[in-house]
Amino acid sequence: MTDANKLGPRTNIKGFTAHHSFRLGNHAIAKTEEAGNFLTELADAFLFTVRVIRETFSGGFEFKEFLFQCFQVGYKSLPLISVTGIIMGLVLTIQSRPVLVDFGAVTKLPGMVAVSLIREMGPVITALICAGKIGSGMGAELGSMKVTEQIDAMEVSSTNPIKFLVVTRVLAATLMIPLLILFADGLGVMGSWAGANIKGDVSFVLFFSQAFSHVHFMDLLPAVVKSFFFGGIIGLVGCYKGYNAGRGTESVGIAANSAVVLASLLVIVVDMIAVQITDMLK
Amino acid sequence: MMSTIQPRAKSNETLPTGGSEPVIEISGLKKSFGQQEVLKNVSLKLFNGENLVVLGKSGSGKSVLIKCIVGLLNADAGTINVFGKDVNGISRKELTPLRQKIGFLFQSGALYDSMTVRQNLEFPMKRMKKDIKDKDLEDKIKEVLENVGLAEALDKMPSQLSGGMRKRISLARTIVVDPMIMLYDEPTTGLDPITSGEISSLIMDVQKKYKTSSIIITHDIKCARSTANRVIMLAEGEILKEGKIEDFENSTDPFIKSFFE
Ligand SMILES: Nc1ncnc2c1ncn2[C@@H]1O[C@H](COP(=O)(O)OP(=O)(O)OP(=O)(O)O)[C@@H](O)[C@H]1O
Ligand SMILES: [Mg+2]
Repeated sequence: MTDANKLGPRTNIKGFTAHHSFRLGNHAIAKTEEAGNFLTELADAFLFTVRVIRETFSGGFEFKEFLFQCFQVGYKSLPLISVTGIIMGLVLTIQSRPVLVDFGAVTKLPGMVAVSLIREMGPVITALICAGKIGSGMGAELGSMKVTEQIDAMEVSSTNPIKFLVVTRVLAATLMIPLLILFADGLGVMGSWAGANIKGDVSFVLFFSQAFSHVHFMDLLPAVVKSFFFGGIIGLVGCYKGYNAGRGTESVGIAANSAVVLASLLVIVVDMIAVQITDMLK
Repeated sequence: MMSTIQPRAKSNETLPTGGSEPVIEISGLKKSFGQQEVLKNVSLKLFNGENLVVLGKSGSGKSVLIKCIVGLLNADAGTINVFGKDVNGISRKELTPLRQKIGFLFQSGALYDSMTVRQNLEFPMKRMKKDIKDKDLEDKIKEVLENVGLAEALDKMPSQLSGGMRKRISLARTIVVDPMIMLYDEPTTGLDPITSGEISSLIMDVQKKYKTSSIIITHDIKCARSTANRVIMLAEGEILKEGKIEDFENSTDPFIKSFFE
């Protein structure tokens, strides 16, 4: 009460009076609106996903655009993913080597690195990087197409923008991101070999055979399965945020930004669920 | 030149001809965004072969009106008959054949940023006439680019063009498929007087050559004078006045007068 009075005219301008009850009322309304917005957004996202899935299987596939998107998503991310992959293996090796030396288990190093790369670090870190590069790229591109009415222009040119723009991108991400992840895993093991050679001396062939003798099919399979989910999520979120961008130019930035945030969060959550499921199946 | 595409001559026969048949018939159209009532009650007819100019203040809902016609926006109430079919709330599948007959010039141009001028023009042609030959495509693109006076821009990206050039390219992209109905959203805004004059006469050419019926939204009174067969004015979500351009120019209503000063 006293605080509100001190603020005086400013609070009045904003439409808040000094009455406690009124302020509380406003607050409560703001809260319920927020919750309502969250729920409508959730419903929107769900409907969008359903629509994309339906359009994927309803014939008239835009094959050329799909190939182009595969190129955009896959090939154009290679440099970034390569660097990340190598560093991932290198760092993991350098960090865990002293511990393994203490335990006298340094021969287990290749195996340990390979397993942790393939099961967890490769998929999750690569997916997070992809969320940043591909998710935001799609959010910004579709967002700016939305804002400048290019999506409407496609619509009136007898082109289904969901089929042409969204389905192709989501499928490209779903297929290319798992490939990028496998590629990062491979380079990670190589990085690890390089890391092992800083302090020790292992031949490439020996290192690799040691590394992969510890990797079982049941390490690889769940990782590949979840990679497809990561890819799909990144594509869907990027397209959803871009396609539903608002009307002003600032919406493009918002779309790109919220695509990265949501895609990264979902990657982590799905990873957690995937780990739980894999654990139960064992 | 025109014979290479031969798009309309045939399909035109299936449509009503003669200046008194409406190709678009709107009645009781309502459209709101949230609390904001943009169109309250709009009824109008576009007759075959005529140029209808729509005047109105900025924000009066002119763009919303023509977006409802092509089904980019769904009207809240009313009917919009295009070639005798109500487009309000119909599926995309049913809309597509109608949209192929309608050319829509976006106020913002809406050129595809990621494509060159050539690809921008090819896009609607390849989509609407799937069996078109490469040679015909090439000829048609050259022809419309010459019509808008930008033959040299063929391989440029939209980002390399000036605002007025972009507007003209998007006009070219709209007329390249020879639509039967043209919806022009401010075709001359942002152009110099000479180019505006050229665009106005292009609009007239298109009307004569292809017997197109057009709705032309404009603030450019010169363009309105040279293209209009009939004029309507939109205000407060309703049609304030309808008539010949002379009726508007001689009007004593201060609001209408202010448009012609
Ligand atoms: N998709 C939309 N969502 C929300 N509001 C909209 C939308 N489209 C248009 N509006 C609102 O409808 C009103 C009319 O817009 P419209 O674009 O039709 O104006 P206009 O008559 O074309 O004006 P101008 O001459 O400036 O182009 C505006 O107040 C605008 O904010
Ligand atoms: Mg407008």
